[in-house]
Amino acid sequence: MKELLMGNEAVAMGALAAGVQVVSGYPGTPSSEVLETIAKRNPGGVYVEWSVNEKAGAEVAAGAAYAGARSLVTMKQMGLNVASDPVMCVNYIGVKGGMVVYVCDDPGPISSQTEQDTRNFAKYAHIPCFDCDSPEQAFQAVQDAFAFSEAHGTPVILRSTTRVCHACADIDVPEIKSPAAPEGFKKDPRWVIFPKLAYEAKLRVAGREPSLAEEFSEYEGNSIEGNGPVGIACGGISYAYVKEAIRGQEEQFTVLKIATPYPFPADLARQFLLGVDKVICFEELDPYIEDALIYEYGSLSLDIDHFIEGKRTDAVRLGGELSATEVGEVIENLTGVETTIPFREADDAPALPVRPPVLCAGCPHRGSFYAVKKAVGKRPAIYSGDIGCYTLGNAAPLDMVDTCLCMGAGITLAQGLDHAIGDDTVCFAFVGDSTFFASGITGTVNAVYNQSNIILCVLDNSTTAMTGHQPHPGMGVTMMGERVEPVDIGKVLEGIGVKSIRTVDPQNLEESVKAVQDAIEEKGVRAIIFKSPCIALVKPDDPKRVDADTCIGCMQCVNEIGCPALITKDGKALIDKSLCTGCGLCAQICPVEAIG
Amino acid sequence: MSTSEVKNCLLCGVGGQGTVLASRIIAAAAMAKGLHAKTAETIGMAQRGGSVVSHVRIGEEIASPMIPYGTADVIIGFEPGEAAANIKYLKEDGVMILSSRQVKPVTASLGQSAYDGDDCLEWLKSKGSRCIVVDPEEIIEACGSPKVLNVAMAGALAATGAMDLSVEDMEEALKIRMKPALLEMNKKALHMGAQCAAER
Repeated sequence: MKELLMGNEAVAMGALAAGVQVVSGYPGTPSSEVLETIAKRNPGGVYVEWSVNEKAGAEVAAGAAYAGARSLVTMKQMGLNVASDPVMCVNYIGVKGGMVVYVCDDPGPISSQTEQDTRNFAKYAHIPCFDCDSPEQAFQAVQDAFAFSEAHGTPVILRSTTRVCHACADIDVPEIKSPAAPEGFKKDPRWVIFPKLAYEAKLRVAGREPSLAEEFSEYEGNSIEGNGPVGIACGGISYAYVKEAIRGQEEQFTVLKIATPYPFPADLARQFLLGVDKVICFEELDPYIEDALIYEYGSLSLDIDHFIEGKRTDAVRLGGELSATEVGEVIENLTGVETTIPFREADDAPALPVRPPVLCAGCPHRGSFYAVKKAVGKRPAIYSGDIGCYTLGNAAPLDMVDTCLCMGAGITLAQGLDHAIGDDTVCFAFVGDSTFFASGITGTVNAVYNQSNIILCVLDNSTTAMTGHQPHPGMGVTMMGERVEPVDIGKVLEGIGVKSIRTVDPQNLEESVKAVQDAIEEKGVRAIIFKSPCIALVKPDDPKRVDADTCIGCMQCVNEIGCPALITKDGKALIDKSLCTGCGLCAQICPVEAIG
Repeated sequence: MSTSEVKNCLLCGVGGQGTVLASRIIAAAAMAKGLHAKTAETIGMAQRGGSVVSHVRIGEEIASPMIPYGTADVIIGFEPGEAAANIKYLKEDGVMILSSRQVKPVTASLGQSAYDGDDCLEWLKSKGSRCIVVDPEEIIEACGSPKVLNVAMAGALAATGAMDLSVEDMEEALKIRMKPALLEMNKKALHMGAQCAAER
């Protein structure tokens, strides 16, 4: 039956069609929907879990593949950094069942700290890599990746990017059956890594490159289309942009599409290079295909001078996303073939709205940040933030995030700052509940062991909010739908040896400010758990309203907390009742009690 | 670049206004007629009060899920300023369907940026394209939920005929995408939206 499937849903359905049996992962935009779809469309017999982080997820998937099951682990590119330890090693060990590591890159970046390219990770790790250029192709690619993984006994990386992950297309989905039982684990020295074994494995994984490249040159996902004089090399979503840009003028071009970046299909690439007068490379993130083509061209001992155009010749921007419009402009500039469409700019428009992402109206994080800000007052303090909705605490007027690096880093950065500064500066670390489980616990152990002076603020909203409300160990529910004993953050902190632990409701300003003030007076590792559920999970209270007669127009509510529901009208504060959740933080700030 | 055989509709607004669901309803309407559809949208961090854009493309051979600049047959602006910011997508004789209600960003309330939705609305009207303005207050009041705006906009789209989808096609899509309990309310919104386009 035809269904409108998002790229990530297509990967999930393709994996189920391929008989995947164990699926793990950690949420991260743009990868999260794969695992959710597997859980929703489980035909029975598929085990699926949100792991505490990507490293745990990759290890669970590897274990399952050791037993002969087909396994899938999903993550975004930042997550691959966390998972890189097991992913690098399992490639040396090899697998029995097919193992696919699905990694979503984020060109732009739209919601990440880096613009890293997983194709280069695959090359560095010597792990075969398939790339996705559309939801339809992704549906097929994941099935091909499983077959390839099992045939060669190697984990395979399946890479995608935002515009494929979150694009939808109509796809024919076959009936999904439960997977067959795996053969099981057979004891063998091959599963234990030792330096001697690692040396042999290195020779194997690096040495197989030419034969796998040859196999990929024959793979039908890689293609040469057309026989025009101008060569265009591309892969991933850029292939769609190229097709769009050259529509109606295809006879001018020869298009090389790379669907298996590593090992690079060299034979196919050479055939392409020898048939064209010039090459333009379109790809987001790193100039991966471009570099591979330059290498192949060099191996043919030909004159390179501007034969291959791309990021290395400044013809294509080094960072950010591409578009059909931009691809058309580059082609027209370099070849004179008319590939652009005129469009209007909004240059003469009146002032346009500026909308940086902000904490939602009623978000409990707003109360937590404001309470810390009030309690600190004029004392010197540094606020180390982390990855999650609470990164948005950096926006004015809260301005409560001084550092943000990677998941879990807030807790340990605060320790480094404290050790280096050593004066009365109060070092705060903010971490969310899901992030605490993912990578905050080891950092907290480090703080207790190494006698740091930090205040750890756990902003516990009982969900993984930013990526779309996935469950985590503190919530007492799994992706298999079981009710389990929740892991209690307070007890974890207590077990680690944190002596000062307070739990407060961030919607109660007075209580929260008092807790922070008391913690500031103490030394060592202090923890404050600000506990209140994400507003997207609970029924909102009745909206608050401003009594215009009482309001003195001081704008303290508007200017101090930056709630999207608070607007100004005729010199007075006004509440947008379509946004207000009735949290009452503004009412606790109003000096004349005009809000109720 | 020529995209004549593909119909393009760009939906833009602010996170939480329902642009994603509207894009799915339009795609479902096309699929119910046996056409191919592709969509693309912004998901994640940008959803938190940020600007959001959804692309819907209908036709036989669609390569990219994203609409190239200058080729949208229709822009559905859930917010006037967001529509103005995305005018680069609209083709020369494209249609605009605009909600008249502005959403003030926090940056404007804090005085960090100037923005007046009415100025943007007037500017859009001056651009010479066919322009349909939908008053959301009236429809929301009549239907009893602020969540129906997206369906009303889809109704207006159907009435323009710009995507070759009829009000009946959209009704079919609502039956596929909506919970039965919400169907009647949304049908009402769909027809009220269609009325906005028909009156002009």
